Amino acid sequence: MSATTTTPPRELVAGGTPGTRRTLEKGPSGWLAVPALAFFMLFAILPLLGVLFLSFTRWDGLGDIKLDGLSSWNTVLADPVTGNALLVTAKIMFFSFIVQAPISLLLGVFTAASQKYRAALAVLYFVPLLLSSAAVAIAFKALLDPNFGLGPGLGLPFLAQDWLGNSDLVLFVVVFVIAWQFVPFHTLIYQGGVRQIPASLYEAAQIDGAGRVQQFFNITLPQLKYTMITSSTLMVVGSLAYFDLVFVLTAGGPGYSTRLLPLHMYLTGFKANDMGAASALGVILVAIGLALALLLQRLGGKNRNASQLEGA
Amino acid sequence: MNNLKLRTAGMAVSAAALSISLVACGSSGPAGTGASADSATMWGLTGGDQPVFQASVDSWNKSHPDSAIKLDFFANDAYKTKVRTAVGAGQGPTLVYGWGGGVLKSYVDAGQVDDLTGFLKENPDVQSRYLPSILESGVIDGKTYALPNNKVQPVVLYYNKEVFEKIGAEPPKTWDELMALVPKFKDAGVAPFSLGGQSKWPDLMWLEYLVDRIGGPEVFANIAANKPDAWSDPAVIEALTKIQELVDAGGFINGFSSIAADSNADQALLYTGKAAMILQGSWIYQGMKKDAADFVSSGKLGYTPFPTVEGGKGDPANVVGNPSNFWSVSSKATEEQKKTALEYVKDGMFNEENVQGLINSGAVPVVTGIEDKLAASPDKDFLTYVYGMAKDAPDFTLSWDQALSPAQGDAMLANLDQIFLKKITPEQFASTMNATIGK
Repeated sequence: MSATTTTPPRELVAGGTPGTRRTLEKGPSGWLAVPALAFFMLFAILPLLGVLFLSFTRWDGLGDIKLDGLSSWNTVLADPVTGNALLVTAKIMFFSFIVQAPISLLLGVFTAASQKYRAALAVLYFVPLLLSSAAVAIAFKALLDPNFGLGPGLGLPFLAQDWLGNSDLVLFVVVFVIAWQFVPFHTLIYQGGVRQIPASLYEAAQIDGAGRVQQFFNITLPQLKYTMITSSTLMVVGSLAYFDLVFVLTAGGPGYSTRLLPLHMYLTGFKANDMGAASALGVILVAIGLALALLLQRLGGKNRNASQLEGA
Repeated sequence: MNNLKLRTAGMAVSAAALSISLVACGSSGPAGTGASADSATMWGLTGGDQPVFQASVDSWNKSHPDSAIKLDFFANDAYKTKVRTAVGAGQGPTLVYGWGGGVLKSYVDAGQVDDLTGFLKENPDVQSRYLPSILESGVIDGKTYALPNNKVQPVVLYYNKEVFEKIGAEPPKTWDELMALVPKFKDAGVAPFSLGGQSKWPDLMWLEYLVDRIGGPEVFANIAANKPDAWSDPAVIEALTKIQELVDAGGFINGFSSIAADSNADQALLYTGKAAMILQGSWIYQGMKKDAADFVSSGKLGYTPFPTVEGGKGDPANVVGNPSNFWSVSSKATEEQKKTALEYVKDGMFNEENVQGLINSGAVPVVTGIEDKLAASPDKDFLTYVYGMAKDAPDFTLSWDQALSPAQGDAMLANLDQIFLKKITPEQFASTMNATIGK
């Protein structure tokens, strides 16, 4: 029996040598974290420090990097486009969550059951997951084109709206396309979560006379608590990182209507060639992302690893 | 038993031999094309010129296997971002494709491109083959840093003759005529103008021509010279006002702000008859020649200069656009790469084959003495028109987004987008842009 590979049941450990017991109580050796930590330092912490440094400079990407105190920060914070980008990001985050969470939960529960037709449908639902964001964006851009797209092609006037050119409409179109792409992923998470729920709970509920709806609200939902937290964290923090899809679909337009924070950062850095300001935006993005992730973890309670299952 | 052993051994040997030959094939791949890791590199743009550049480099590589060039192509908008990042990181191509103007100046200021003045002095043939006014666009502070590499690109007002005949209209000669045409086309269910608004730079063509027609080329010369409050010039305000009047009148096609010019959707609207006119660079002729050959060859494509504005100071023969694209030589390239690059520029570029290739693609090369070749081309009407337009123009203003510094150019395109969307007024545009002067 090897104590370091898996966590064996308690009663087995009690019978082991004292050495094994100590390793188990302290958990695996801290040295195991070294490779991951080294990669994290190299590819996350170091670049982050670099960005923090750049945010106090002026640099056009070509010439010398000039230290310039807080001038990049002043530019960024005084720019109304930054405030707008934050607002657009918040809106996309909110609407994406509102749209995606219930759909993925219901689809996840639906596809978790064992009927054959559900399995077949599940395969279909997962197709968008296989496509790259750029491909999805290009396809939707073509379909939504008011002159050559789906509406004029099928002769359906209500589909021939100026979907991507109307400032009021475009945000919801973006939310829809994002949902189309990411709902399958969250469905997959929920499907896995639902399948983990022991059948004995449902059997007990049935004996007690609970109907399907009651079973859903009293067993499925509470048992999915941690799945929901995982999925929501991914949705909310992930919506800070929507870039490729929106960049290809609308390029942040029309005007600034879909200029999300990450897109604003990219355009400031690589189109306007103001690396200092772009770095300041990057720092803001990291701060918001961390804060949100921490907040969502807190909502889930301190002891995230505790099982909800009776007797386990 | 022995037999079996032998067979096994034989199979092992042949498997080894096979894998060795596979490896050999793999490594002979690049050698076959003549390019290797340290050969000179070149980045070009996808679109009309792509096959011409490819053919030119292919034939160069065939005749110069020891100094081959590796060529890659990128889409316009993506290229502009990529090349700057690459050059800044010292990872740029040997031959840097550019537009001259403010971007070239930023490369020169950062010491990223070589001074080619000496090369031109040593090779008077190279100097004398260009139209002098166009060679001038690659000069910064009296030194040549970029050599023209393709075609003159004035901005032209294209129109669909079929659509014009249907409503019995004539192409507009003045701004008032242009505005009068708008309701006529709308009544006929055709959009007056196509526009690739998502790309933003097509918007700029409207501002460039209107400012020129109203105030003459001096207005932008002042802006480019970073004179204080140059954007508040009455000509700029009037031009922006006229643009917003045209937007209000429904002059631009439904959904113009989500149409990307990179995908050629804007020109497709013209040749499919969904839009009557489009203001675009001469390069879209190459695109339409390929995508809508019948439309072009049957003479349904019309073209005319930008209309005059009543009381305007600008000469109606003035032109805006790109005099040409250019090659600069990266200062970070190895001596070997630079040598290959300059040899190609001298002997491979604008040789008989390359010039003819450009003309066949529907473009006007920036070299002298091509009148006969243009006249012999099936596209002679358009080509001689463009050649004359560029040659006879009293003033040829470089596209503003290229002429200005990158930071200013980007701010201008973003704010002009807001003008077309009617989110800001001309006065707001001017004051925002005045604040970017000198950046």
